[in-house]
Amino acid sequence: MSLDKATVQKIAYLARIEVREDELEPLAKELSGILHWVEQLAEVDTDGVPPMTSVSAEMALPMRADVVTDGGYADKVLLNGPETTNGFFLVPKVVE
Amino acid sequence: MSDLTHLTIAEAEAGLDKGNFTSVELTKAHLDAMSKRKDLNAYITETPDQALRMAADSDKRRASKQAGLLEGIPLAIKDLFCTEGVQTTAGSHILEGFKPPYESTVTTNLWKQGAVMLGKANLDEFAMGSSNMTSHYGAVKNPWKRSGDAKDLVPGGSSGGSAAAVAACIAMGATGTDTGGSIRQPAAFCGIVGIKPTYGRCSRFGIVAFASSLDQAGPMTRTVKDAAIMLKAMAGHDPKDSTSTPGPTPDFTKAVGQSIKGLRVGVPVEYKPDGLSSEIMAAWDKGLAWLKEAGAEVVEVSLPHTKYALATYYIVAPAEASSNLARYDGVRFGLRVPGNSLDEMYMKTRAEGFGREVRRRILIGTYVLSAGYYDAYYAKAQKLRTLIANDFKQAFQKADVLLTPTAPTPAFAIGENLDDPITMYLNDVFTIPTSLAGLPGLSLPVGLSADGLPLGLQLIGRPFDEETVFKTAAVMEQAASFKRWEAC
Repeated sequence: MSLDKATVQKIAYLARIEVREDELEPLAKELSGILHWVEQLAEVDTDGVPPMTSVSAEMALPMRADVVTDGGYADKVLLNGPETTNGFFLVPKVVE
Repeated sequence: MSDLTHLTIAEAEAGLDKGNFTSVELTKAHLDAMSKRKDLNAYITETPDQALRMAADSDKRRASKQAGLLEGIPLAIKDLFCTEGVQTTAGSHILEGFKPPYESTVTTNLWKQGAVMLGKANLDEFAMGSSNMTSHYGAVKNPWKRSGDAKDLVPGGSSGGSAAAVAACIAMGATGTDTGGSIRQPAAFCGIVGIKPTYGRCSRFGIVAFASSLDQAGPMTRTVKDAAIMLKAMAGHDPKDSTSTPGPTPDFTKAVGQSIKGLRVGVPVEYKPDGLSSEIMAAWDKGLAWLKEAGAEVVEVSLPHTKYALATYYIVAPAEASSNLARYDGVRFGLRVPGNSLDEMYMKTRAEGFGREVRRRILIGTYVLSAGYYDAYYAKAQKLRTLIANDFKQAFQKADVLLTPTAPTPAFAIGENLDDPITMYLNDVFTIPTSLAGLPGLSLPVGLSADGLPLGLQLIGRPFDEETVFKTAAVMEQAASFKRWEAC
């Protein structure tokens, strides 16, 4: 699959990464190159092969009681926030 | 005092025990050595005050007979491990200034065993790279150079700062993390020992996530025994990581020095691609000869899906990364670039905060997970991953451990291999299959190339059988008598 500029623009928006107009063309080329290369997987017959979702999938994930085990330190959580106020993170206005 | 940096961890423990020197003296010697090797750029953040405090506390514990496994040993910590109150960058601009309010489980375990932190080691941005050239904080230099050539070489990546620090004796050991080869390839390039243990051996809690189904922490040291000591201290079940393995951690050091008589060593026939350096081929043959001499039997094994491992990895890892790195949005930590709307703020922050390789991988990952392409790319890669893991299961019916090269070439020069991402990705051709299968893999130095650079070989074990890997590595280490102090 070769990507065109519009597709790169769309992916970049999905990933929330700003891409300048003049970067779109070279980026489309680069990403297309990688995609062409990974498409070699198509030559392998994988009918009936189960997908491997995790190395530890063969091991049952442990269960624990659904109780609070940690937390209660909003001040620590906010410590690295670029902008905070009164126990909240501040972001640009979302609702008009 | 500089000779205090020319000790293995095991030797330093013995010296501390006998009272020949204190941890404060040992730590000071390393801080001095660090200040003389700033040119390597191995550390992003140095923590000398904290190091001396930790060393003084360690000396007190030893005096009251409460010494841990790594009591008083100064270490470098890859800057991917969250360390409470100490800047943790992941090699990225987007996390510049981030001071975690908590400590990773692996480093918590190390401090519990008495280790001392010298600082945070440089790495490829978000551990994405094989050269350390993608770090926002500058490339790391390999302490090794080609004989008669002043050109600076890469230390490998992503744990390149860790590898350079250990090789140059400005840390006695270091933590690394490995997603597709990030411990083993830099260990090979810098002439040290590095092991990626079985997936699940070490807790991932507090390690900045790259690809969660592949990421594993491991030790980087100058000897096999040191790696065994350090892994024992790092590993263990952690309720905060549901993929960490329950049950006790074996004493890996007991495996070091055991006989390998009758051990079946597998050689994968698919690991001899065209263009493999003849020197690496020769080193590989030499390694097999040592093992035979020690009583092992060499058997041929086949891993038929090897040629698809890289492409599989470069779908799975970016997919997971695109999801994991969604958290860097300028709201809760790190860099924020203002924008007129929330979306604009996200987009500007992420454009400025992420470097080129990271952006590239996020975009690929976003694409292969997007509606309409998920099955063709991501689901297909997960099926290939099953086939690759099955190859190893088959191979381990015939062999107890596999021996392969770690990387297709010795270290290359800074600036080389940057033009085409796929050329760079080929560095990990021998390490990635093991990562996809979640198996333990250890790289150890076995000799020098004609122009004087370290060559590494990789031992691959069955899941949770690091002991066989350590046992075999120790035999090879003795036969190789590698010049481990050459780059100090």
